[in-house]
Order: sequence, then C-alpha cells, then structure tokens
Amino acid sequence: MRAFLLSRLSQSLVLLVIVSIIGFTILNLIPGGPMAQYGLDPGMTADDLERLKEQLGLNRPIWAQYLDWAWRLVQGDWGHSFRDGAPVVSVIGRHVFATLLLMGSSTVIAIALGTWIGIRGATHRYSGFDYVATIGAMVALSIPTFWFGLVGIYVFSLQLGWLPAGNMYTIGDGSVLNYLHHLILPSIVLALVHVAIWSRYMRTATLDVISQEFVKTARAKGLSERRILMKHVVGNALLPMITLAGMQLPSLLTGALVTETVFTWPGMGRLFLDSLGYSDYPVVMGLLMFSAILVIAGNLIADIVIAIVDPRIRLA
Amino acid sequence: MTALADYVGPSRWWHNRSVRRFMSHRLALLGLAMITALTLACVIGPWLLPYDMLQIDIRARFAPPLTGDHYLGTDPLGRDQAARLLMAGRVSLLVGFFAMVLSTIVGTIVGVIAGYRGGWVGAALMRTVDGFLAFPSIFLVLAIAAALKPSPAMITVVIAITSWMQVARIVEAEVRSLKEREFVQAGRMLGLSGTHIMFREILPNATGPIIVAATLTVAHAILLEAYISFLGYGIQPPLPSWGNMLNGAQQYLATAPWLAIIPGAAITIAVTSFNFIGDGLRDALDVRDDHI
Repeated sequence: MRAFLLSRLSQSLVLLVIVSIIGFTILNLIPGGPMAQYGLDPGMTADDLERLKEQLGLNRPIWAQYLDWAWRLVQGDWGHSFRDGAPVVSVIGRHVFATLLLMGSSTVIAIALGTWIGIRGATHRYSGFDYVATIGAMVALSIPTFWFGLVGIYVFSLQLGWLPAGNMYTIGDGSVLNYLHHLILPSIVLALVHVAIWSRYMRTATLDVISQEFVKTARAKGLSERRILMKHVVGNALLPMITLAGMQLPSLLTGALVTETVFTWPGMGRLFLDSLGYSDYPVVMGLLMFSAILVIAGNLIADIVIAIVDPRIRLA
Repeated sequence: MTALADYVGPSRWWHNRSVRRFMSHRLALLGLAMITALTLACVIGPWLLPYDMLQIDIRARFAPPLTGDHYLGTDPLGRDQAARLLMAGRVSLLVGFFAMVLSTIVGTIVGVIAGYRGGWVGAALMRTVDGFLAFPSIFLVLAIAAALKPSPAMITVVIAITSWMQVARIVEAEVRSLKEREFVQAGRMLGLSGTHIMFREILPNATGPIIVAATLTVAHAILLEAYISFLGYGIQPPLPSWGNMLNGAQQYLATAPWLAIIPGAAITIAVTSFNFIGDGLRDALDVRDDHI
C-alpha cells in the first residue's frame, strides 16, 4: 500500500508541474501577458511600463519567471483580483461551496439513476428497456447542457411555475427548503450527461461481473437471482465506478460552468465568466489552475479509495 | 465451385465487410441521413429562402414560427430565423469539421510518436496529454479564446487545442501494440527509417480507431463551439452560429421561446448524428475501447 501511495502521489505531482506549465503558457498568451492590467491605465507612460516590467521581474529569462510564478502558487499567493483587490484565493473560496453543492447533488442523481438504468439494462439485455436506454444515453450526451437548462426553465418555471428559474435562494428566505427548491432544476440539468455516462459504464461493468465464475457458483448454490444481484454483482460492478467518478470531474466542472450561467448560480463557473468579462486575469488564471488541481486531487482520491476497497489494485 | 464463385468478379467497395456491417447498423444510417439532410439544407437552403439572414424588419419582430414566409419566426430585430439558422449551420458545421481535422492530425502525430518511440519521449508526450485533460475543457477554451482575437479560424484552432488528446491516447495505445507485430520487425530489418515505419507501415493499420475517434471529435467540437459562442466568446455576431443564436435567447424565453428552442434542437440533431455514426463505425471497424 505504501509503495502504491508513493508512486500514485509522485504521478500526481508530475501532473501538477505539467499543468502549471500549460497554465503559465496561457498566462503569457494574453495580450500584454502579466502586464495586461497596467497597459489599460491611460496614466502610464512607456517609461513607467518599462520600470514596472523591471520591478516585476518580467525582463528575466522565461524559466526564472515560471519558477517564481510557480513558487508563489505553492505558497498560496495567487495574486489579487483587479476588481476589488481581494486575494484571489479568498475570492475563489467564496464561490467554491455553491459549485460543490451543485456538483454533489448532480452526482447523487447521476449515481442513483445511472446505476439503476445500467443494472437493469445488463440484466434485461437487448430488451426494449435496454434499447431505449442505449439510444437515450447517446442523445443525452448530444444535448447542449445550456439548452437543456433553457428548456427546463421554460417548462418548469415559466409554463408550470413549479421551480425557480435561477439563483440559489430567495432573498429574505434562508430556509433549507428554499435552498433545496432552487437546487432541483440545475442539479437535474447538470446530471443529465452524467446519468448517460454512468448508465453505460454501469451496464458494461455489470455484464462483466455477471460472466464471472463466482456468479456461476452463486447460481449453482441455488441463491435467488435477486440475492445474487444484490450481494455479489452490484458491489463488484460499482468498484470501477469509483475511478469513473474521478474521471468525470473535468466534464462535471465544464457542465457546472454552463449550468451556473443559465441559472445565475453564484459558483466558480459564474465567477470565471464574470472575471473574463472584467478582464480580471488573476482570478481567471486562479480558477483555471484551481479547477485542474481539483481534478488531479479528485483522481488521486478516487485511486486511493479504490485501492483501499479493492486489494487487487494495490497489490498488482 | 463456391470457392471459384467467390474468387471471380472484381471486388467492389460496397462488398467490403466493414461497409456491409455499417449499412446494417440502423442508428448509424439514421445519423448519416440526418446529418446529410442538415448539411444539404445549410448549403442549399439560404438560396431558396425568401429572406436574407441580415435583413432587418422592425415591423416583423418576434414573429412566431409559421408567420407568413418566416417559417421559423423572427428574432428581436425581425431577422428571419430560418435564414439565420441555416447560415449558422454552415459556420458551426465548418468549425466542427476543421477542428476535427486539426485535432486528429495533431493527436495522430503525437500518438504515433509516443507509441512507437516509447521511453522518455513517449512518457513526456503522454503526460502532456494527461496535463491537458486535467483542465475542464470549457475553462481552457474560454481562457485561451478570451486572450485571442475571436475569428472563426481562431475559434477552430482553440477548440482543436483542447480536443486532440483523446485521439492521441487512442492512437498511442494502438501503435504500442502494433509495433510488436512481425511486419514492423520486418520493416526494421529491411532498414526502413523510423518515420517510414511509423507513418507508412503502422499508421495505415491504425485507421479504424482513428476514424471512430475523429467522428466523435466532430460531435465534441460542435458542442464546444456551441458552448463558447453561447457564452459570448466564440463566433461573434453578426456572423451567426448555433451557439451565439442562443446567446441572447434566455431573456426572451417567456415571450419568444422558439428563439432558444430551434437552434438548440439543430445542435442536438447534428451532434446526435455524429454520435450515432461513430457508434456504427465502431461496430463496423471492430474497434474496442471503453468509450461509450
């Protein structure tokens, strides 16, 4: 287990370094690079800019600048927002909860529905249900999330009036029920794609497990199909899904950004777009790096969890 | 006698096993039919419609679908929605197609080199692939798109920058297993150069997975273009794209829902078609992978 942990940890560190190089390259792609904010100020002369460049160390070789930038990142100094001068880390921190709440509730929906659809598809292979689920999943993967959100708002908020069309809560009503009421529609919208993905993988995993020897043994012992499914199949089929949950993080974050925009949800995705609109590059870069770090950490955690649950992985 | 009957007669491409299998895949044929119809409509349609996509008619603002000659209604400026939808289709499909071409070329080159060379070159290339995959694609695309000047060509490049990794992964795995085969060893013994073996001997044997991945990449690229144009950082008006047609649609959702529903339906149909075709190709070309 120790060797597994060490090797997996070092892989993640290497990945972090690569991600930071990509991020730094993008930072320097922005017209004016890190100087962009000062170039906009009309009171700045060319001499001022040159002096500032010297002060900020932008005349040094590119690798020295990168090391300096990366070191500040490690120390938690992610710069300050152009908008209100607040540290980037605290700006992001204020928006993390809303996004995690949305992603969490969508994941619960995706796991519950996807697992059920996948198992039913595998146990009733080539049935009408299986065909509808297969085709439905491919269509669900093709629907733009923001459009599904707009259609959802049109039907459930504007026509039926059942659910709120946006925001996280009604101002002046801080009850949990009010939060939940606002959470329903965006969670379903964000979950759609993941229900599709989850159900396809779950179907494959269940079929894999069903063909194993120990399931035959269980049948030979005379266990009921239901008991075999619950006790022997589902648990084993869910194991690889832990890895899948980690792998889905990037697309979950992408979906969250779009969903938050449609539903004016005060999360990281909305913050990212607002910051782009204000050319608030420190926050944009901070969110870009933070989302990648979140993905790497998520995958690492998924791998560690599966190694704890399934000894075959860590011993292999 | 039967053996002889099999032998005589020229072999035609439609006798090919893969082609026959594809033609018996009903979903794939449906996808092919849908995307052909959509593409033809986008290419020919604008000439047949009575309105130009930029023609503003303030008196006919917010006309619902099937008002007079406005088959799909009009937008807040009174422009014909059908004309705009078809012109937008040209833009969205072209961006999706060329983004696929670019990312397939880049992904194939990276994948072939990484798979064949292996060692630290392969490791460095594949870790770069992992690095790009660690970013949620929309964050990466928006950060780059906001930094660059948003022309259709630039948007295509930006989408390609964030979509080549899947192809690279698939090609790398395929090449890594192919390079152990006898024909590659024979090529090495004949003294062929590495480049020749990689691109002339191995690559033609890896076309199946590449074709499947490329088809799914078109679907992905069309969706990504729609996302960034919807958010205002993709194709810029007055040039319409399916994504930017939806950009202002949310504020009119209560009064003019067709402005949002119709372009989104077009995106869904196009992307579904490519996903269906990709599924059929995967079966026809015997490609195994864990993608759905």
